[in-house]
Amino acid sequence: MPKFTSRLFIRGVLLLGVVYFLIPIWWLLTASTKSSSQLFSSPPLWFGEDFALLDNIVAVLTRQDGLFVRWMLNSLIYAGGGAIGATLISAAAGYVFAKYSFPGKGALFGAILASILLPASLLVMPLYLLFSSLGMINTMWAVIIPSLVSPFGVFLARITAQESVPDDLLDAARIDGAGEIRIFSTIALPIMGPALLTVFLFSFVGIWNNFFLPLVTLNDAELWPAMLGLYFWGNQPSELNYHFVITGSLLSIIPLAIAFISLQKYWRVGLTAGAVKI
Amino acid sequence: MTTTTAVRAIASRPPRFRAVGRTTIRRSQRRAIWLLLLPFLVLFVFSFVVPLVYAVVESFFTEQRSGLGIGGERVFAGFVNYVNAIQKTDLLEGVGRVLVFGIVQVPLMLLTALALALAVDALKGNYPKFVRLSAFLPYAVPGVIAAILWAFLYLPGTSPFVAALANVGIDVDFLSSDVVLWSIANIVTWTWTGYNMLVIYSALTGIPQELYEAAAIDGAGAWRIAWSIKIPLVAPALVLTTFFSIVGTVQLYAEPTVLKSYSSAITSGYTPNMAVQDVAFGLNNYGVAAAMAVLLALGTFVLSFGFLRVANVITARRAAA
Repeated sequence: MPKFTSRLFIRGVLLLGVVYFLIPIWWLLTASTKSSSQLFSSPPLWFGEDFALLDNIVAVLTRQDGLFVRWMLNSLIYAGGGAIGATLISAAAGYVFAKYSFPGKGALFGAILASILLPASLLVMPLYLLFSSLGMINTMWAVIIPSLVSPFGVFLARITAQESVPDDLLDAARIDGAGEIRIFSTIALPIMGPALLTVFLFSFVGIWNNFFLPLVTLNDAELWPAMLGLYFWGNQPSELNYHFVITGSLLSIIPLAIAFISLQKYWRVGLTAGAVKI
Repeated sequence: MTTTTAVRAIASRPPRFRAVGRTTIRRSQRRAIWLLLLPFLVLFVFSFVVPLVYAVVESFFTEQRSGLGIGGERVFAGFVNYVNAIQKTDLLEGVGRVLVFGIVQVPLMLLTALALALAVDALKGNYPKFVRLSAFLPYAVPGVIAAILWAFLYLPGTSPFVAALANVGIDVDFLSSDVVLWSIANIVTWTWTGYNMLVIYSALTGIPQELYEAAAIDGAGAWRIAWSIKIPLVAPALVLTTFFSIVGTVQLYAEPTVLKSYSSAITSGYTPNMAVQDVAFGLNNYGVAAAMAVLLALGTFVLSFGFLRVANVITARRAAA
């Protein structure tokens, strides 16, 4: 442990960090309790005279026939469905990379990792044209299908399978006559389970935050995820509009904030993997 | 590898069965490899490989406008689209902008993250836990929402900062053309510092305790231990976070796109990704947009792998010294 003065200094540095990280969130919390007029007349980082949080929530949920509720549901479908699919698909692929050898394995894995570097704009334009020609533009598939591919998920699943699934166990199962697919689904998958929750969480957040792809492939407001909807609400800055955008933003981050705080230890697995492997 | 034990088991059988046993294992394994890999491969080809190939092919073709101006013929254009991408679009301007952005923002963010990680690591108890949680919270805020949030914190009517600074006689417009790039940098820094801090912190917790004890016996103080043990040992985590920060900077899109509604200083081709989108869907010039995207991809590869190379050389040299 450092000396007392050093400790005080360190605590001071950390306090500055905490203030920086939390101020915008604190602002969001107080701002969503204010009516449109209060937003400008009351102190910006404190509550206003009247507490309009419930009114604001009702206003957001009922605006344009409850479109916001629809957006949140869409986000849940895209992120939930996409992340479940991405996790299973990545688990199977990562397991193959960890436990089998085949020609071209190294090159294929390298190509998968390198795909992280491709700019979104390079992929989105051809995907738009591809989905158009398949008649899938402006459908949920246009967002879900690309979301199922998670290079980071494959990377994480490969490390997990390497570290947690013992080869001897697989060989024993083989000698007992179990088929390869059965070995994967009944032996390897359960062992990989906790780490796969990490893959799920990272995919979920990635899809929930996705903006570029749905912006290009979805015209129908009924199909938008919450991010896109809030972007369009905020796109017409008008003082009458502000409380919709502010309260909607607050509502849209609550599911993620809960997932973050309650599943903290599963995040650590992914962060550690990011720290040691390259 | 995985088959050693099984192969050994087979090898101990009478020779007559050996060949048969081995081929069935190979065949069933080959089938398993395909079955398990297939879903990922199909989707990967659809979502990455086909679009990449399509963009590269498209970048060499152009639409020859017919006399009536509607439709047209696709003709091979060589590098014409590339010349146009460089000379007639905002691409280079956008690239220059994100480079300036990255040179300032990435080191600033990562040094802050490193300092916070070391500080959290130096303390014990509930306070560091609380710091870690609050640092991670911004990562739970999507880029679009973070940008909306900060837009309000920049707008003169709602910003606590503009009001506070005005009270002491400083007038700032966070959304003006001189400042807005750094306002975007602040949003990115706010979102990612905590995440990077936790990656570095994870690496710190992996350092064996004996190293500290040995250093303490040699008379090293806390600062000395941080400088000579902790920082060198988290170097791989720093390399990794820098690598991803470089990729993220080149890809800058959501934050400036959202802020564009609040600041006239942000043009439709403000960052490279925005410029590509603008040419593709605003001007419907797919050939030039594809050429821009391919150039951008090549630039990203050169920049990120160039960085990794330099980092490896430095690490190797330090290890040799």
